[in-house]
Amino acid sequence: MKAMLDAEGLSLVLSGREIFHIESLTLHQGEVMALVGPNGAGKSSLLRTLALLEPPTPGTVHFDGVPAYRNGKHLALRRRMALVFQEPLLLDTTVQRNITIALRIRDVTRHEAARRAEKWLDRIGIAHLAHRPARRLSGGEAQRASLARAFALEPEVLFLDEPFSALDYPTRKALLNEMGELLRSMNMTALFVTHDYTEIPYLASQVCVLFEGKIIKRGSISEVFGEALFRSHCLTPWETI
Amino acid sequence: MDVMRDGFIEAFRLLFTLDREVLGITFQTLQVSGLATIISVFIGIPIGAALALTRFFGRGFLVSLVNFGMGLPPVVVGLATWLTLTRYGPLGMLGLLYTPTAMILAQAVIASPLVAGFTLAAIQSVSPKLRLQMLALGTTRLQYLMLLLWEARLGILAAIIAGFGGVISEVGASMMVGGNVRGYTRVLTTATVMEVSKGKFELATALSIILLVITFVIMSILSYLQQRGKQA
Repeated sequence: MKAMLDAEGLSLVLSGREIFHIESLTLHQGEVMALVGPNGAGKSSLLRTLALLEPPTPGTVHFDGVPAYRNGKHLALRRRMALVFQEPLLLDTTVQRNITIALRIRDVTRHEAARRAEKWLDRIGIAHLAHRPARRLSGGEAQRASLARAFALEPEVLFLDEPFSALDYPTRKALLNEMGELLRSMNMTALFVTHDYTEIPYLASQVCVLFEGKIIKRGSISEVFGEALFRSHCLTPWETI
Repeated sequence: MDVMRDGFIEAFRLLFTLDREVLGITFQTLQVSGLATIISVFIGIPIGAALALTRFFGRGFLVSLVNFGMGLPPVVVGLATWLTLTRYGPLGMLGLLYTPTAMILAQAVIASPLVAGFTLAAIQSVSPKLRLQMLALGTTRLQYLMLLLWEARLGILAAIIAGFGGVISEVGASMMVGGNVRGYTRVLTTATVMEVSKGKFELATALSIILLVITFVIMSILSYLQQRGKQA
């Protein structure tokens, strides 16, 4: 399987504090990896570095074999990815324009942008919200709009940074089910950050456990969840696994 | 009270009879303050945006300078502009003193820090997480800036309102560098001061009322645009 994302010797030091240090991490094409760990483990920082938004100090990230953070290539590579954060982070315009603007930024034609926006709004189940101001949506609706925007970009790698953690239980469960089906049906490559282990089986096949900035375990769900080490480090609420 | 009442009556008479001189003064006021505001937008917004988006040695000092500029007394700006444009000043050879251009320059100096300061605050108020999302969309620097300005548009309109409000109401600088020349550099504020000094309080009140009305109308239009933007 082709490595879509390959990181080596990756560190991030901010204000003299090492946020994470990763010897190596590879995300293969079609793989959905959950990056899990307790709060403050460095998950989101690592995701930002892998999504080419925070240069490492030091280390290398290769995207589809191309070294990022070198020769100003990160912008072109960034346009092959999409990121969904914990908050929807929509622009102050309509839902539809949020998607078409994102596509126009990536030089997609006006006609194609409108077509893709319509397609993904329909597929994510918010076609009726297309002309609604994004800032007037409920939390669940806004996160759906954010996901529709990310999918409409047709990314080669999708990064999800705890996108369901701010939602209520029924909304979270419904979205997790839908996202899981979408990711599998599209054979999408994705890195999914969460601190809620119950979300993992919905989306991911691989798990990478981050603790105090270091990867302490990685493998399939069954491999990782059976490990005593995982339990001892993560404690409650993880110990109920 | 009589002066106020007579002032209102005189104001309505001047407006409804389309008094040629008052219309000329009103037009000159709008032209001078309008152009000064436009210039300040072209100076203030880039400065405010640059200070909001960049980090460099001395940035804090420049931000303090902009904030200081927001409180510049118009009469001091007028004096500085006068000294610059006077015959023996560094730009004296241009012969701009006592012209509408000099007034526009002085008013632009007053408005630019206001526009820059409010723009700086407006852009800084855009959520850092939203900025990160904009970068994650793959924006170029220009696209990033355009999205930021869109997100900060309410604050930027407030900056323009502050700039226009600051110059249309000032009198010191306009009087000093314009000279209140009849039919040439006379604007509503300088004309009001002159009529008061002549003891023509009714006419001064009438001019003030006209100034208030046009300020109110323009501010209402800008406020409408601002609030419409909020509902988009």
